[in-house]
Amino acid sequence: MNNEEIIQSLNEKLTSINDNNALNELRAQYLGKKGIVTELSKQMGSLSPEEKKELGKKLNEIKTNVTEAIDNKKKEIDERELNAKLESENIDITLPGTNIPMGAPNILENIIEEVEEVFMSMGYDVVDGPEVEEDKYNFELLNIPKGHPARDAQDTFYIEDESILLRSQTSPVQARTMLKAGGNTPIRMICPGKTYRRDADDATHSHQFMQIEGLLVDKNISLSDLKGTFDVIAKKLFGDDIKTRFRPSYYQFTEPSVETDISCFVCKGEGCSLCKNTGWITVSGAGMVHPNVLRNCGYDPNIWSGFAFGFGAERLAMLKYGINDIRTFYQTDLRESKPFDRREV
Amino acid sequence: MISLNWVKDYVDIVDENLKDLAVKITKAGVNVEAVITKHIDNLVIGKVVKCLDHPDSDHLHLCMVDIGKETVQIVCGASNVREGIKVIVALPGCVLPGNFEIKAGKIRGQESNGMICALFELGLEEKNDETYAKGIEEVDDSVEVGSDANIYLGTDDTVYELDVHKHRNNDCYYHIGFAYEIASILNKKVTLPDDKFKELKDDVKDYIDLKVDTDKCPYYTCKMVKDVVIKESPEFIKQRLISAGMRPINNVVDISNYVMLEYGQPLHFFDKDKLGNKILVRNAKDKEEIVTLDGQQRVLCKDDIVITDGKKPVCIAGVMGGENTDVDDNTKNILIESAIFDAVSIRYTASKLNLKSEASIRYGKGLNYEYTDAALRRACHLLEKYADAKILSGIVKHDKVDKTEKVVSFKTEEINSLLGITLTNADCKTELARLGFDYKLVKGVFTVTIPRRRLDVDPNINDIAEEIGRLYGYHNLVSTLPMVPTRRGVYVGDVRIRKLISKRLRSLGLNETKTYTLTSPDMAKLFRYDNRECITLPNPMSMDKSVIRSSILPSLMNVYEYNKARHIDDILLYEISKTYDKDYHEDTKVAILMKGNYILNAWQGVKVKCDFYVLKGIIENLLNYLGFNNRYQFDKVSLPEMHPGICASISIDKEVVGMLGRVHPSYQKDEIYVAELSMTKLNEKQVRGIKFKEASKYPEIKKDLAFAIDKKTDAKTIINQIRKSGGKLLTDIEVFDLYEGENIDANEKSLAFSLTFADMSRTLSDEEVTKVFDTIIKDVETKLNAKLRNK
Repeated sequence: MNNEEIIQSLNEKLTSINDNNALNELRAQYLGKKGIVTELSKQMGSLSPEEKKELGKKLNEIKTNVTEAIDNKKKEIDERELNAKLESENIDITLPGTNIPMGAPNILENIIEEVEEVFMSMGYDVVDGPEVEEDKYNFELLNIPKGHPARDAQDTFYIEDESILLRSQTSPVQARTMLKAGGNTPIRMICPGKTYRRDADDATHSHQFMQIEGLLVDKNISLSDLKGTFDVIAKKLFGDDIKTRFRPSYYQFTEPSVETDISCFVCKGEGCSLCKNTGWITVSGAGMVHPNVLRNCGYDPNIWSGFAFGFGAERLAMLKYGINDIRTFYQTDLRESKPFDRREV
Repeated sequence: MISLNWVKDYVDIVDENLKDLAVKITKAGVNVEAVITKHIDNLVIGKVVKCLDHPDSDHLHLCMVDIGKETVQIVCGASNVREGIKVIVALPGCVLPGNFEIKAGKIRGQESNGMICALFELGLEEKNDETYAKGIEEVDDSVEVGSDANIYLGTDDTVYELDVHKHRNNDCYYHIGFAYEIASILNKKVTLPDDKFKELKDDVKDYIDLKVDTDKCPYYTCKMVKDVVIKESPEFIKQRLISAGMRPINNVVDISNYVMLEYGQPLHFFDKDKLGNKILVRNAKDKEEIVTLDGQQRVLCKDDIVITDGKKPVCIAGVMGGENTDVDDNTKNILIESAIFDAVSIRYTASKLNLKSEASIRYGKGLNYEYTDAALRRACHLLEKYADAKILSGIVKHDKVDKTEKVVSFKTEEINSLLGITLTNADCKTELARLGFDYKLVKGVFTVTIPRRRLDVDPNINDIAEEIGRLYGYHNLVSTLPMVPTRRGVYVGDVRIRKLISKRLRSLGLNETKTYTLTSPDMAKLFRYDNRECITLPNPMSMDKSVIRSSILPSLMNVYEYNKARHIDDILLYEISKTYDKDYHEDTKVAILMKGNYILNAWQGVKVKCDFYVLKGIIENLLNYLGFNNRYQFDKVSLPEMHPGICASISIDKEVVGMLGRVHPSYQKDEIYVAELSMTKLNEKQVRGIKFKEASKYPEIKKDLAFAIDKKTDAKTIINQIRKSGGKLLTDIEVFDLYEGENIDANEKSLAFSLTFADMSRTLSDEEVTKVFDTIIKDVETKLNAKLRNK
């Protein structure tokens, strides 16, 4: 048999082969120990060197061709078998995915983290202070001496008469921070924390609530600086098209004191129920640190000045997320809090 | 409540739009919450010149009414309408309360060009059988036809409802003070009211002997008037009191209220004949009693101030007068008290006796002695004019008031630097003049004397900056950012670890909660595993918020119940919160609650149920994350509200830092797992930095084995023994099976371990590993009484 005949008969056999087992048998028939090609090479022994050389060359050619034909067939079968397997492994990708546990933050913490992020980017440290607090820090150092009417307004939970209380504001952290800093270093800090007042709980009142206190003490700080700072946070939280304004107000530990408003983001200042038709929404109280407070806390008001502000975390969250009942934050209905497991970009 | 008609007496606002003015006032710092106007347009006084019966009705009348510029026909149904009376006419275009607009039209075929009104139709009286029967208002004949009926009715006033910030009640909650505020906003002058009167030769000093025996009364002045005639007040006084929210009573009482609303100084009138000849102001005695003029018996204490007649109390100073000396219809002679009492004491007494009044609120804010004097003179003037009083000469006075002037010096630059604006000295002068602050400017330094009426302004630069700033207008401030170095802020102290823990627990699938710190005594008794005694508030609002919690777990149980009631099955919670004990020791705790499935894919049947080991895994994960690997251990404990067999303490370096386990089924039958850790303790511990540890480059050898062992022997005991016997070649031990049942004794269990052997510097030989392996087996068998099952 010559080359062509062998290949031709091989090809004929290959056409009827559909699986690797049959192919392996065929491979043995040709290339095995007793295979056709092997048998041919046995003729070598009886040939002259020239003929040997000739036959050798021919045999090599046949071997190469046979191997190639079989390998090609194998490739074809492998591919078909793989495709069949893949076909059988087809799944319904619309079935639900496995619930990978991922927790949601409390809604208040969500807004607090946003505020923290903005202030940290402006160099403010985030600090903490005790909730069971001394009267000294909660009131006296903040220019609210015993008997001052401002104390009546912040109906406080006293633990010991006139000395230990549940803090009614986060402002004592201002005093603590200044005293710790020692009167000779600039301060930039915010303090989000729980506060307590004797309010009966309803949709808009809570005996426990969270304030985000802020304090900056440095040299040559002005009310305009406070306004610029407020602009930054207002725009970050409520959008770049928000307008801001200051209104005169009164707090014992700041002078001048302001209430800070943002333009209503619902009606864009036209007047709606959210802004009670004023076009403006009050979001925080602020002011220049009162010289008495600076002095009480070891800072010479002739050298140092600063501003302080306080946001109500609940108010911010209620405004931003459209929450109507302040009790929402303290109930943790998981159906409500789950959507807060995300970041707003 | 401020009546703008009243304010007009002191400052010129005739040309002002009162709504715009309210906005200006608000911008300058006194919040006008509401502008209330009672004025009804197109309401005039008319005269019925002819009154006939309506041809088509048995009760309607056809009236010809002269309204000044013309005479119009109006159909009227009132029974008292008749020829010759003056009436109130609502003309077409007039809108009556209830949004009822009057239109010209025909009533039963007859033309009607308006409506003749009853007071109830104008919203000035309640509509009832009585007022209906009274019919239309019959206007006094002296009132001019065609004039605005609002003037007759007293409805031509506009009232501002103020939300005055605490410190400004002093100067803005009375009409003269408010006039000063308007004057500074509009840059106008204030005219004070007339306080002149004639005096008798008799001197009050001959009629009254004053002694003040308390330091809580720095200023006490009296004048006496004789022969008053008690009667109704003139219309303007009545109308103004009504506008300001007070009820007119009689001329004398009304005058005392009127002066209080003018000058902010409350007055007290004693019936001089009932009082006698002596006044002694002193601190009350404990349990001293007085019947106040509302007829109530009041029991006082030594913190209250009383006015006495030398023996018995006749008035609780600043709060309420006594019945024994009150002014009644027969009163002839009056002693007028105008005084200043200690503000704190008045606030205390008023709130203790639940007797907060217009007067006590004002005393409680503090007063200015110049107006104490002015109010006394003004009262005399009004009593002379409207109660026919004759005023005795002289004044009885106790005066220990501090008269130090409030003076502050500053440069304009200092104001500019505080506000971030650029005023000149001339601007500054203008602003100070508008405020009515006296000033001197010498060599660039302003020296300002703050008027006494501004009790709220302290002599410091910030206060002056505020006054100037609010008139300058905060809306005119530019926005700048502080000139401070750029840096990024950091989480300081506790905050840092709190954030780390919080974020880790969230990423481990737990949902953050926030619950109330204050709890009920019953709740506070639960989960007292660390024996901390709670703080109980001395004066709580309610029992359910009367204790400061020492554990968060009871609150988390509430959150669990809340969500369970809403058919949520898988509840994974945590909270980080400060807790306190009786010694005010603060312990920030991390509490975890888990119930239901941790991982779930229901349709595939894949479930990882929350159990002790899932929770333990979370805690181990957290502690490893915080750098405590190899430093913590779990020990079996029995704790209140916890399942006795499924509960462990968590220790780091042998110090207990928390616990975990299943909630006791008798407390909560659902399978709930909880844990609580002290974040404060975690944060106190030093943590080493991360150190790289190279993995062995030589092959590891793994060998498995299983022991049958007494059920009571815990895994840790076996692992410890294996580790001890394994020496340094044994690098890892993993538990891969726990089996109880067939082929094992009833009191035994089978525990299977996979051991890893390796060496950093060479390939281990089978022989040496087998040698160690055999040692391990022998040791565990002999020391722990275990049997090797297979290897």
